[in-house]
Amino acid sequence: MEAFYEWFQQLYDSTGWNFVFMYDEYERDRLLEAMWVTIKLSLSCLVFSLVVGVIGAWAQGAKSAILRNFIYWYIQAFRNTPPLVQILFFYFVIGNLFPTYDAGGYQEQYIGAFGWAVVSLSFFAGAFNVEIFRAGVEAVPTATVEAAQSLGYSRLKAYLYIVLPLAFRVSLPALNNNLVNLVKTTTLAYIIAVPEMMYTANQMWSDNVNVSEMMIVLFFFYVGLVAILVYFMHRWERSMRIPGYGA
Amino acid sequence: MSDLPVLLPSAANLLNDAGRQRREGAFRVDLKLWHGVVLVAALAVVLGVAEAAGNAKESPWAVLVNWMPFILWGQEGHWQGFSLNIIISFFAMLIGTVVGAALGLMQVSLLLPVRTGSWIVTQFFRNSPWLVLLFTIMLMLPFEIQIGDTIIPIPDWVKAVIGFSLPVMANISEVVRGAVISLPSGQWESAESLAFTRFQTMWMIILPQCVKRMIPPWMNWYAILAMATPLCSIMGVEESVTFTQQAMSAEGGRPELLAPFYVFLLVIFFIYIYPIARWTVRLERKYSVKI
Repeated sequence: MEAFYEWFQQLYDSTGWNFVFMYDEYERDRLLEAMWVTIKLSLSCLVFSLVVGVIGAWAQGAKSAILRNFIYWYIQAFRNTPPLVQILFFYFVIGNLFPTYDAGGYQEQYIGAFGWAVVSLSFFAGAFNVEIFRAGVEAVPTATVEAAQSLGYSRLKAYLYIVLPLAFRVSLPALNNNLVNLVKTTTLAYIIAVPEMMYTANQMWSDNVNVSEMMIVLFFFYVGLVAILVYFMHRWERSMRIPGYGA
Repeated sequence: MSDLPVLLPSAANLLNDAGRQRREGAFRVDLKLWHGVVLVAALAVVLGVAEAAGNAKESPWAVLVNWMPFILWGQEGHWQGFSLNIIISFFAMLIGTVVGAALGLMQVSLLLPVRTGSWIVTQFFRNSPWLVLLFTIMLMLPFEIQIGDTIIPIPDWVKAVIGFSLPVMANISEVVRGAVISLPSGQWESAESLAFTRFQTMWMIILPQCVKRMIPPWMNWYAILAMATPLCSIMGVEESVTFTQQAMSAEGGRPELLAPFYVFLLVIFFIYIYPIARWTVRLERKYSVKI
């Protein structure tokens, strides 16, 4: 392994291509940490946006008109404004309303930049998920639910074992599109200084003046991340496909 | 359809939408008139709040009106501010469309290396985040190039145009490929039986039918691109968001001006994009009946 790292040092000395994170341990840890932050950010947003989607879809079918209206306005607001604006809004406007604690001389928020990035991106992707889940649940005919109930399923059991599996299969392709989009949108957390890949790469090329090298790394990281996600999602989609239904 | 459908039409709609989004690479910009009404109302509200909160001599409305020409057109005799947003989106779309169309046709080439090469380029630029592409172009292009004795400067906004044209190019390439392969193969076969060459088939039979299918997604991409242009304010290109921030700091960074200025930006972007989005929906409806 040391020889491998050494090779990049030699590459720098002979060609000027400075892949600093390969031979410098401090920079390597920094980059790995950043990759981990991006993956963590993507995964947390993914999970929370699904939660938002399920709860929203349930609330859209609720009896209360106030709840339904609230969800409608939430979807409209988050679908039709740029995610960049949403992140700034959450971090600077909502974030300022939250209490702070004394972190050795300066005031620090309990929910940091990372937390607000997760919150705003989850609500952004969640707004799309609500519509997707609702359309999925609506697709299951009442006759199917009634058939389940006539077989002795309770309402909850019928929902869990009959409606959700069908709805989920129908929703999956649209859901995947949205989640892939979400991973690409995490770069916007750069703007509120979340130390994710984009932000760290920016700092590293400022420190080491190796813009092109860091750009190459950034490209391959994101294209790779998206490719892995798309590959597994499509495999999953194929295995979850309802035979004989849709292309 | 049987009497007892397995799934209701909502399922088919969902699958269609997902398929379309995957083919076109983006969701449809779906703006309604009432979105604009809400924005204008919000502008009135935040102006009122700022009026109540502010203690300066000038009302926020007067300040905003004062800076409006600056945000919309920039300095006298320059193309800056919001007009630069339009110019960037226009040229990025132009380059993206021309190169993207060529790339898309390469994707349906009969030569394997051409097909694979253009597929890789398309997927690469389609799947990388816009911000990364923009940073790459902004930082890696030189600020001037020298050919012989002439020095050609490359201003920031030109770099932004190139940066934005890359993702547009890749997505237009997919739109073109999708439109070409969506035509029934009978079109190709009957053209062949009438002794058309491949080039003639493409140029005289396939592409004219594709145009109708490509125009709605193409316009949708223009709307998305126009909405994305403020991203280049991060790199200090002198467009509307940068100038809004400059205007606010010139007013002494009064916090109550923050909301009115940003909502005003939203309003002007809405005014520009709303007609395009509606027109896209109209054309889509008109064309979807045919073929």
